[in-house]
Amino acid sequence: MHPAPSIIAFTTLSGLGFGLLFWLGLGLPDSTGWVAFAFWAIAYAFAVGGLISSTLHLGHPERAIKAFRQWRSSWLSREGVAAVVTLVVMGIYGLGRVFFDASWQPLGVMGSILALITVFTTAMIYTQLKSVPRWNIMLTPLLFISFSLGGGALMAGQEMWAVVLLSVAGLVQLAWWSKGDTRFSEAGSTLGTATGLGTLGGVRPFEPPHTGNNYLLKEMAYVVGRAHSQKLRIIAVSLGFVFPMVLLFLPFSHFWALLAVLSHIAGILASRWLFFAEAEHVVGLYYGRRA
Amino acid sequence: MTIQQPKIDTSPKVSDEVRKTTCYMCACRCGINVHMKDGKVAYIEGNRDHPVNQGVLCAKGSAGIMQHNAPSRLRTPLKRVGPRGSGEFEEISWDEALQIATDWLAPVREDDPSKLAFFTGRDQSQSFTSFWAQNFGTPNYAAHGGFCSVNMAAGGIYTMGGAFWEFGQPDWDRTKLFMLFGVAEDHDSNPIKIGLGKLKKRGARVIGVNPIRSGYNAVADDWVGITPGTDGLFILALVHELLRMGKIDLRYLADYTNAACLINGDTSSPENGLLLRDEAGKELVMDRKTGKPMAFDAADVQPDLGASFTVDGITHVTVMQKLAERYLDLQYAPEAVADRCGIKAEKIRAIAAELARVAFEEEITLDTPWTDFRGRKHDKMVGRPVAFHAMRGISAHANGFQTCRALHMLQILLGSVEVPGGFRFKPPYPKPIAAHPKPHCKVTPGKPLDGPHLGFVHGPDDLALKEDGSPARIDKAFTWENPMSAHGLMHMVISNAHAGDPYKIDTLFLYMANMSWNSSMNTRGVMDMLTDKDENGDYVIPQIIYSDAYSSEMVAFADLILPDTTYLERHDCISLLDRPISEAEGAADAIRWPVVEPDRDVRGFQSVLCELGAKLNLPGFVNEDGSQKYADYGDYITNHERKPGIGPLAGWRGNGDENGRGAPNPGQLGAYIENGGFKVFHIDEEAQFYKPWNMAYQDYAVSLGLYDAPAPYLFQIYSEPMRRFQLAAEGHGDRQPPDHLRERIKEKLDPLPIWYDPSDDNRGAEYPITALTQRPMAMYHSWGTQNAWLRQIHGQNPLYMPTNLMQKHNLKDGDWARVTSPHGSITVPVMEMAALNDNTIWTWNAIGKRKGAWALSEDAPEATKGFLLNHLIHELLPAKGDGLRWANSDPITGQAAWFDLKVQVEKASAPAESQPAFPAQKSPVGQGPDTVTWKTTA
Amino acid sequence: MTTLPQSTEKKLGLVIDLDTCVGCHACVVSCKGWNTENYGAPLADTNAYGADPVGTFLNRVHSYEVTPEEGTAKLIHFPKSCLHCEDAPCVTVCPTGASYKRAEDGIVLVNETDCIGCGLCAWACPYGAREMDGVEKVMKKCTLCVDRIYNENLPEEDREPACVRTCPAGARHFGDFADPESNVSKLSAERGGMDLMPEQGTKPVNKYLPPRPKDQLDEVDILAPFLAPLDDAPGRDLGGFLGWLDKTLEKI
Ligand SMILES: Nc1nc2c(c(=O)[nH]1)N[C@H]1C(S)=C(S)[C@@H](COP(=O)(O)OP(=O)(O)OC[C@H]3O[C@@H](n4cnc5c(=O)[nH]c(N)nc54)[C@H](O)[C@@H]3O)O[C@H]1N2
Ligand SMILES: Nc1nc2c(c(=O)[nH]1)N[C@H]1C(S)=C(S)[C@@H](COP(=O)(O)OP(=O)(O)OC[C@H]3O[C@@H](n4cnc5c(=O)[nH]c(N)nc54)[C@H](O)[C@@H]3O)O[C@H]1N2
Ligand code: SF4
Ligand code: SF4
Ligand code: SF4
Ligand code: SF4
Ligand code: SF4
Ligand SMILES: [Mo]
Repeated sequence: MHPAPSIIAFTTLSGLGFGLLFWLGLGLPDSTGWVAFAFWAIAYAFAVGGLISSTLHLGHPERAIKAFRQWRSSWLSREGVAAVVTLVVMGIYGLGRVFFDASWQPLGVMGSILALITVFTTAMIYTQLKSVPRWNIMLTPLLFISFSLGGGALMAGQEMWAVVLLSVAGLVQLAWWSKGDTRFSEAGSTLGTATGLGTLGGVRPFEPPHTGNNYLLKEMAYVVGRAHSQKLRIIAVSLGFVFPMVLLFLPFSHFWALLAVLSHIAGILASRWLFFAEAEHVVGLYYGRRA
Repeated sequence: MTIQQPKIDTSPKVSDEVRKTTCYMCACRCGINVHMKDGKVAYIEGNRDHPVNQGVLCAKGSAGIMQHNAPSRLRTPLKRVGPRGSGEFEEISWDEALQIATDWLAPVREDDPSKLAFFTGRDQSQSFTSFWAQNFGTPNYAAHGGFCSVNMAAGGIYTMGGAFWEFGQPDWDRTKLFMLFGVAEDHDSNPIKIGLGKLKKRGARVIGVNPIRSGYNAVADDWVGITPGTDGLFILALVHELLRMGKIDLRYLADYTNAACLINGDTSSPENGLLLRDEAGKELVMDRKTGKPMAFDAADVQPDLGASFTVDGITHVTVMQKLAERYLDLQYAPEAVADRCGIKAEKIRAIAAELARVAFEEEITLDTPWTDFRGRKHDKMVGRPVAFHAMRGISAHANGFQTCRALHMLQILLGSVEVPGGFRFKPPYPKPIAAHPKPHCKVTPGKPLDGPHLGFVHGPDDLALKEDGSPARIDKAFTWENPMSAHGLMHMVISNAHAGDPYKIDTLFLYMANMSWNSSMNTRGVMDMLTDKDENGDYVIPQIIYSDAYSSEMVAFADLILPDTTYLERHDCISLLDRPISEAEGAADAIRWPVVEPDRDVRGFQSVLCELGAKLNLPGFVNEDGSQKYADYGDYITNHERKPGIGPLAGWRGNGDENGRGAPNPGQLGAYIENGGFKVFHIDEEAQFYKPWNMAYQDYAVSLGLYDAPAPYLFQIYSEPMRRFQLAAEGHGDRQPPDHLRERIKEKLDPLPIWYDPSDDNRGAEYPITALTQRPMAMYHSWGTQNAWLRQIHGQNPLYMPTNLMQKHNLKDGDWARVTSPHGSITVPVMEMAALNDNTIWTWNAIGKRKGAWALSEDAPEATKGFLLNHLIHELLPAKGDGLRWANSDPITGQAAWFDLKVQVEKASAPAESQPAFPAQKSPVGQGPDTVTWKTTA
Repeated sequence: MTTLPQSTEKKLGLVIDLDTCVGCHACVVSCKGWNTENYGAPLADTNAYGADPVGTFLNRVHSYEVTPEEGTAKLIHFPKSCLHCEDAPCVTVCPTGASYKRAEDGIVLVNETDCIGCGLCAWACPYGAREMDGVEKVMKKCTLCVDRIYNENLPEEDREPACVRTCPAGARHFGDFADPESNVSKLSAERGGMDLMPEQGTKPVNKYLPPRPKDQLDEVDILAPFLAPLDDAPGRDLGGFLGWLDKTLEKI
């Protein structure tokens, strides 16, 4: 799949933003006033920024409101609803924290759960797609949630949780890759099934339907070299998980914390880039983009 | 909260009006419904009532709207201001343009009309353009047939009085076995597809003979991946097998062909090898009942295939005997040809057996009585449901004429021509060569030519030679080098004019031919010839006038441009005098008419010729008082008479109730428009088959003006015109070939089909691979490129190579290869194809473009990755060491031998763009817009 | 209606005959022409005369080479447009309801005024049947010519999809798969109509007819009786041309 910067940014930032909100909803850190304001501002900047970025990715952002209608069937719609509800609930809860020094904990917990649900719905947008076998596994929501929780913990300054959850997230990431690498062949779609001609012999694309480019090729037939992806995987794991954890073991300093967060974000961006770039859509079969 | 399923308008208004005219995206000439909205063209679909396409439309036809609106359209007459080839022009008025043309041409006509060479390429109005040229008085006129497929046309007409090409068709509704040789697309584009669809539906077998298994050959039930250039040998092996099995139609051969005719066996006679004739000039056959020689068409004659006739101690045998002796020879046995053809002997046998089985075991009969030319009544029509079709794959080789003849001989031996289930002619065919004109070349300054330029020679007397024996025509058509060149040799015009061989010319006048690019061999050389200057600094070809509708490559090389309209903006006539749209069931003709008015300062070229003709005072184009005779082409179509009562259109003549013959009718075009732009003249059931010998058909043809009197004839398995050339080469007669051509004429103009290997002349031993081109179904030569829709389908062309060659040269898809012929080399991207003859590589025709042409950006893939094979093909064969460079053409007809191209291949590192690359030409029309969203209603 | 209808009254769709399709692209271009002028926004082409032209097409013709274990390679033309799946994933993923499957005939459509151009439906479709328009930024797909098949402004015989009407080879057939007696149901039953990527569980309505067996003349045995030559019969001598002719006459 085409690794569109806006979508990579959206999923990365909003994941972290909602992850942070999760912790904030649980009252971790237990801050109020300006400090709380700062946390909330960061969380909202990430979550809302991500949402805006994804809205800008739309062909018709001015109609975005229509996207809330199909929550019964559409994960994308559900995500929109969940995100907004979460932001509203957490907003009210945050108002209490920032301005009233209050901690309306039931609301906070609800917000935390909603934040997780939001991340889950985001993940389900990808997970549901049978057409992209690498995504179409239940490890995908786990991947998103573990990233979100780990990253959120890191940003929320929950060092212990961060260490634990980042390790978990790192392991989920490794598991997801290892599973993902074989998913396409396991899913069973080949040029033979795609054309129905497989029973007659080996099928090979001859002429493409057009020498010109098209939306499908730009959007779905992205191919990334193996060596390139191996390198990026190492970068993603190192920056996303290993390096932040190393930094967490250093004596606390705001600088190291900031560096840990930045490193994590960079790692997650790399991971997310791979999430898209390595994902092969079955339509690529028709264009001979996979052997 | 689900939303309601939206209510949509399932009955939107389709258009304000439908205007019915004829497509021009290729020579198939389908009927189209042009849907108009707000006075603009909104949508084009096929006309269901039309005899050619019956409602269907190909990709090009449907994309006509993009062609009609192409940004590459020329807008106004242009005068060259920069050097030739640069594309720098100044816009001028029509008055100025016509004045320039007149000033150039009038002195030429007064001085020596042959100093004008007027050649028209993809011309669909040849009877008109040739009429113009004839009145001008130049012998130098032809259209593109000579480099296109004259072998096919001439091979058919000389052998059976009609050809495949677009002049005949399989009996799609009845045939049970269809064999297709060397066709990628053809002129009969939609009818072939409709026909294949019918065969598929009925489960009839289709055999495709083609080195490349794409398109029609991909859907064929059986594929014969033949080695290029060897079809003749393969066909003669089939003939050998059929003879060996005795599976030939002897009755058909005896009655309808010259198989029973007697060949003069007197080796000392100047008529040796010609057919014996009676006093009236009729071929003699031996009558089975009486054992006496009789005229072939005598009322109760029963021609005896096995007879011989001895007079004065000299025995004259039948054509059949010669034929059987020749082809039963073991040199034609499947085993003997298998390796050269690249087809297993068993497969050749199997195909022969299948042909025989279907022809004779699956015979069909129609209970339709008919009467033959001998007056015999038949109560039914016997059909041999085996049909063939072939095109440039066999004709665009230097052995193409003989190969076409071989194929027709095969059809005739099976008795499957003009019978139910077989191959059928489309009127005006069948038509014996005697009913065709002969070529004319007598030039008189200030006067018209003595007759039509092109035609069918019967022997040396008809050649277009001057008194001194030198060629009368600039293209050397109808000379000893290619005596039967029925369509001229357009591909030789520029090189001959440049070389001043046989003479120099003043003005080259071209219409609708991209001669500096895809329709020339040796493209770079041709560009050099067009821009070459003499010692005085003048261009060697002094003046070039060109009519195109678009900013093509050729535009850049002309001095004066006469911009044409698009096909939806002008009158046109698809005439029975020319290349009509007939089907086997009926003659048919058609028109185009201006369904929209041009929005630019352009004029229909034919109308311009009417005006230019008048300015030049050409008889035929001026009234007695010297005024312009035809206001425009529409006027000409309506009022011109070729012979009294016979004009360009056959329908609604006289008062509108006469067909074929009748006085001009001012309401004729209106009647055509009303009828959907065409007219079909149905043939009665009893006249539908056996047309050359069927009196009912002969009468139909006469009534329609196709001929003046019934002209039944025998199929010419044995070709006397060819024998006459051989006789001259043997020393008979006063018109004698130059010595260096004698042997070639003796060998190649064999009156019975032969096969020879053209690869020797192309250094096939060193260059073992054949490189071919194919027409892409969705593109028409260079026209398609300016079409925003079509260029997305074919915007670049890889070189397809068979798996074995890819492996041998260590190539992968997308790698580049250098392809070298004896003449030059190109470097191009390659792709693998498994279903391809092992020694063949190929690419799509005419996708490669020169930068700056067609209003494309200079980095368009057509220019950077696309390429032409034409750079590798020379108009002359490689030197043979005899001091002569022979033409790369069929020695009989002069057909350009595009497909004899022999090459070597090697891997190359990827260049920045495909090689050779040329500097850009300046676009006189700018560049097309970035975005196209064509919708007539907002 | 982003949820799919439980079932549809009719199941309109196409049968595409891979044995007959010659790969001419006529259907591609007539589809482009009709749908540019009709339903919704015109199908745009960007960089139309430049180096990288990208246009919206609702139907495209691929081609594939099939190499059997033994025998020659075959080439198959493969037109592909929306298959109007019964379990259309493109519909259920749509957040706005712009994508829907019609309850009356099963046609899958995009309501362009509701489409936000998120592209998710195109991701969900395994077949590449949806393309986002480069100018209008809404999702485009085959409409099964819903504005032709019921169009009272068209003559009855023209109420079929543009691609079907134009296909010169007659390789495309339109009809109702819910009716077992329809042309398409019968063709599909007779010729073994196939689903594309059945493992995707989309239950496509459109069916593909597989190519018929090819190159059977390579197995010569069936024709053996016709191969008997005149001169192979025991004890027979052709005796030159006349002998051959006699024997030939005997055979006919
Ligand atoms: N390598 C190779 N080369 C070949 C062949 C091959 O098989 N292989 N085939 C050969 C054959 S058979 C042919 S016929 C030629 C074809 O080659 P050309 O005859 O050169 O055909 P086009 O490229 O179509 O060019 C015709 C010109 O007509 C112009 N034109 C289009 N419409 C109109 C119109 O309405 N009015 C006017 N006045 N002009 C118009 C076009 O813009 C174009 O410049 O190519 C030959 N070249
Ligand atoms: N779409 C479209 N239609 C066209 C045209 C176009 O440009 N585009 N051009 C029109 C014109 S001008 C013409 S002349 C006709 C030409 O129509 P075709 O005769 O179909 O011409 P080509 O495309 O040159 O195809 C030649 C075929 O012969 C095969 N071939 C080559 N050598 C041999 C051989 O030795 N033996 C056999 N058996 N096969 C061989 C090639 O593989 C190819 O398939 O098409 C007309 N129709
Ligand atoms: S075959 Fe196509 S391009 Fe040629 S006339 Fe017919 S519709 Fe037009
Ligand atoms: S083919 Fe694709 S777009 Fe069409 S219904 Fe099926 S999933 Fe949806
Ligand atoms: S692109 Fe349009 S039709 Fe497709 S899912 Fe998004 S809103 Fe729905
Ligand atoms: S049914 Fe209509 S919209 Fe669909 S592919 Fe055919 S022409 Fe295009
Ligand atoms: S129009 Fe018919 S034959 Fe041509 S590509 Fe389409 S389906 Fe195939
Ligand atoms: Mo041609």
